[in-house]
Amino acid sequence: MTDPAGRKPSTERGDASAASADGATRGLVHEEPLLFEQGARGRTGASLPPAPAGLDPAQEIPAALLRPSLEGLPELSELEVVRHFTRLSTWNHGIDTGFYPLGSCTMKYNPRSSEALARLPGFADLHPLAPPELAQGALELMHQLERALSEIAGFDATTLAPAAGAHGELCGLMIVRAWHASRGNPRKKILVPDTAHGTNPASSALNGYAVVQLASGPDGRLTPEAVRAAMDEDVAAIMITNPNTLGIFEGHVAEIAAIVHARGGLVYGDGANMNALLGVARPGDMGFDVMQYNLHKTFATPHGGGGPGSGPVAVKAALAPFLPLPVVVKEGATYRLVTDARERPQTIGRLREFWGNFGMFVRAWALLREYGPEGVRATGELAVLNANYLRARLRDTFHLPYEADSLHEVVFDDQRQQASGVSTMDVAKALIDHGFHPPTIYFPLVVHGALMIEPTETESKETLDGFVAAMREIAERARTDPEALRAAPLLPFRGRLDETRAARKPVLRWRPGMKVE
Amino acid sequence: MEIPDELLYTRDHEWARRKGVHVVVGITDFAQDQLGDVVFVELPAVGDPVKKGESFGVVESTKAVSELFAPVSGKVVEVNDPLADAPETINEDPYEEGWLIVVEPADPGELDGLMDAKAYKTFVEEQD
Repeated sequence: MTDPAGRKPSTERGDASAASADGATRGLVHEEPLLFEQGARGRTGASLPPAPAGLDPAQEIPAALLRPSLEGLPELSELEVVRHFTRLSTWNHGIDTGFYPLGSCTMKYNPRSSEALARLPGFADLHPLAPPELAQGALELMHQLERALSEIAGFDATTLAPAAGAHGELCGLMIVRAWHASRGNPRKKILVPDTAHGTNPASSALNGYAVVQLASGPDGRLTPEAVRAAMDEDVAAIMITNPNTLGIFEGHVAEIAAIVHARGGLVYGDGANMNALLGVARPGDMGFDVMQYNLHKTFATPHGGGGPGSGPVAVKAALAPFLPLPVVVKEGATYRLVTDARERPQTIGRLREFWGNFGMFVRAWALLREYGPEGVRATGELAVLNANYLRARLRDTFHLPYEADSLHEVVFDDQRQQASGVSTMDVAKALIDHGFHPPTIYFPLVVHGALMIEPTETESKETLDGFVAAMREIAERARTDPEALRAAPLLPFRGRLDETRAARKPVLRWRPGMKVE
Repeated sequence: MEIPDELLYTRDHEWARRKGVHVVVGITDFAQDQLGDVVFVELPAVGDPVKKGESFGVVESTKAVSELFAPVSGKVVEVNDPLADAPETINEDPYEEGWLIVVEPADPGELDGLMDAKAYKTFVEEQD
């Protein structure tokens, strides 16, 4: 089989590990030791000025804090360091390398135009403590993004402060709690469906709420009956992801929202799957009161290397007084940051230092302006089309546990492969040999052996066809040669890792002379 | 799959064994098989209260993190501490060495609501 990633086919499969053990290469993919195992005494990558005559470090730094020697630290040249990290980067798989259908993560392409604009000196070099009169452009961008995000999801106001999606959930539930508290009773419970992201119960617990799990119905949707049975005056809110993690639209959402509102509860929207609805439907019109976005999913700001993420929270007018600080306000032709809680007495306060992950605001705004309303709608439509194309082409090969229509992602399972002893894990590992990042596996938990595939709108039909061909070939292999699948992947620089041993006996600290098998 | 006759079972795949006035609790062979390799267990401390049907701990495998649900209300009187360093015991011997906690039940009558081996076998077959 030819390796789609373009590496040399592994003809010396049997002795590849022996070759890499003594520091050899495979073609131009380099084995790479740790920084600690490289370099030589006295080598340095920096030229420091000579110490002033008569300098006594003991006079400058308290003796207790002075290190007697620098023994054991890596000593490398600049070139060695550059090669080390560049080589490691070639072992990685990112959206710039290939297809990355990690369900619920929305690994779409991050356009270079957004990157270029975020690097404009006026944005990139702006000091966070610059006075507002010298930061008007940045504040205007934040204000416009806030307006656009409010409009796209059908809300009245949005905070840009949260640093990522889970931070947004935390913020949204703090707002829920503050709203209830302002009415005299913060309440005790949050309802969370069994298809929710794991962050939903975690955010609830961090806000002091007990979590009540709701079973989804036989078609994968949350039922009004389940919500009605669990809803009482102790429930502060229900958290709903729409479409849910099965990729299915929660068709009863309006009725469910009415049930929750009638007993004084709020409806929280986990906007992680907002990509499916962009420009077509608005959570604010479905009865949601508050929702977090994930700019690093929906608006193509980077995921990799820690992002950073950004998780703006949109709210209805009744919740706006509780939004965290800072808030950008427009006064006449100028913009101002509200940072003083005396101006917003009901605010939940500050979530973090400074003004949010501003570089992500620039990238998201650049994308929105590039796309315009038609492009935003096309994003949602193409994301749904791509997922349904994969569903239609793979459903004769892989078992589809839920028949309900898919939106932006589709969940298969390993039921048809089980007879030959091949599991979801083996399918995922085998995909690596075909040059594809595996989908999300074993999630959502309501599907045993789930394979959760989200292609996003940025992939071409040719890429999707290549993925379909790989999945079909793997399914055929599961029938004819299951042992080979259980050994996959064979082609990447590192083969199948022992995940069980890594979790049970993790080695977290390197020591000189250590040999890890 | 092993389903010992003398044990009682929950719909969440825990088993319960009467031991004098106490009840030993663990997860079933079916549960450990579905979870795959167990890599971490979080259990309550001796003296902690547990409530029937509510979570008393967590078991984590390479696939997923799952909650453990108490088959009976009461107080924890013993915890299988060696599992912290050897979670694989749950996979290897779920009904003996892989036990999780021992509970002093508040109302031993609560055990009557659990499934016997025959009912649990039927329940598992329906799940598959």
